[in-house]
Amino acid sequence: MDAHLQAATQAIQERFAGQVSEFRDQISLIVAPQQIVEVCRALKDDFGFDMLSGETAVDYWPAQEPRFHLVYLLYSLQHNLRLTVRVPLNGNSPSLPTLESVYPSANWHEREIWDMFGVRFEGHSDLRRILMPADWEGHPLRKDYPLGYEEVQFSFNYDEIDARKPYAKE
Amino acid sequence: MGIEQKAGNMGAVTLKLEQAVNWARTNAMWPMLFGLACCAIEMMSAQASDYDLSRFGMELMRASPRQSDLMIVAGRVSRKMAPVLRRLYDQMPDPKWVISMGDCASCGGVFNNYAIVQGVDEVVPVDVYVAGCPPRPEALIHGIMTLHEKVRGEQIKDWA
Repeated sequence: MDAHLQAATQAIQERFAGQVSEFRDQISLIVAPQQIVEVCRALKDDFGFDMLSGETAVDYWPAQEPRFHLVYLLYSLQHNLRLTVRVPLNGNSPSLPTLESVYPSANWHEREIWDMFGVRFEGHSDLRRILMPADWEGHPLRKDYPLGYEEVQFSFNYDEIDARKPYAKE
Repeated sequence: MGIEQKAGNMGAVTLKLEQAVNWARTNAMWPMLFGLACCAIEMMSAQASDYDLSRFGMELMRASPRQSDLMIVAGRVSRKMAPVLRRLYDQMPDPKWVISMGDCASCGGVFNNYAIVQGVDEVVPVDVYVAGCPPRPEALIHGIMTLHEKVRGEQIKDWA
């Protein structure tokens, strides 16, 4: 592991009781939801992780508990280092503080996570849907969201499906 | 001065109003400049010099629905795009036609999920469906020729 990265992960471990996991030379820090803003501010101010190159979420339902992981991908331009911060989140209407105060670019990422996973960001300046229509119900990237599969028309069931298919009028 | 002198050696042509109007409509059909996905690439190719849609009087892709009379739905239509598509259709002046280009526009194609409209005929009335993923420019041109065939057969009593 790079010496600078080593120092950064060690500091986070000591200050915030974070866990470190390593997979194929990629370092992840696992921290608690309420600490995320402080952790990122420390990484940005003290260790030069000045860019939030990505923010996303994963739904592990029903295999894992807690079901959501928030994933923050940080990048340090001056050291050319990448670091992942993960936040496990439980429950069906999870929430955690917004990262906007540290990285303003988190705004749209967090809107997308709200849209797709239904994770609420406290203190977010403009938490609206960003991809789906404004009146959409549900959060499509959750694993318990139905795919909305429509039956395919073949020759044997063509007429039956055709009869109930809504066609547009002139 | 009579028509004979004006027309010179070409002579005068007599035909039904219906035929004259349908001939004019088919030979100067202005499609709307509206691409949604990869099918739009094939549509552009059909307009470019290799396939050359202008042979059929269709080189004028209008960027405004108010100036066009053919909508080529080139690509998958998401549920968020569907109201926009319908509004564009409503803005087009009559007479107007719709070609559903490709599998996605015709029936959802491989995108059988919550986000994509399963057939654009749920949103606008479609005249010709072109199959293919994406259809080759020849297929699109064939679709347009099929539409021309249809327009040529339209009757004056249906216009009003």
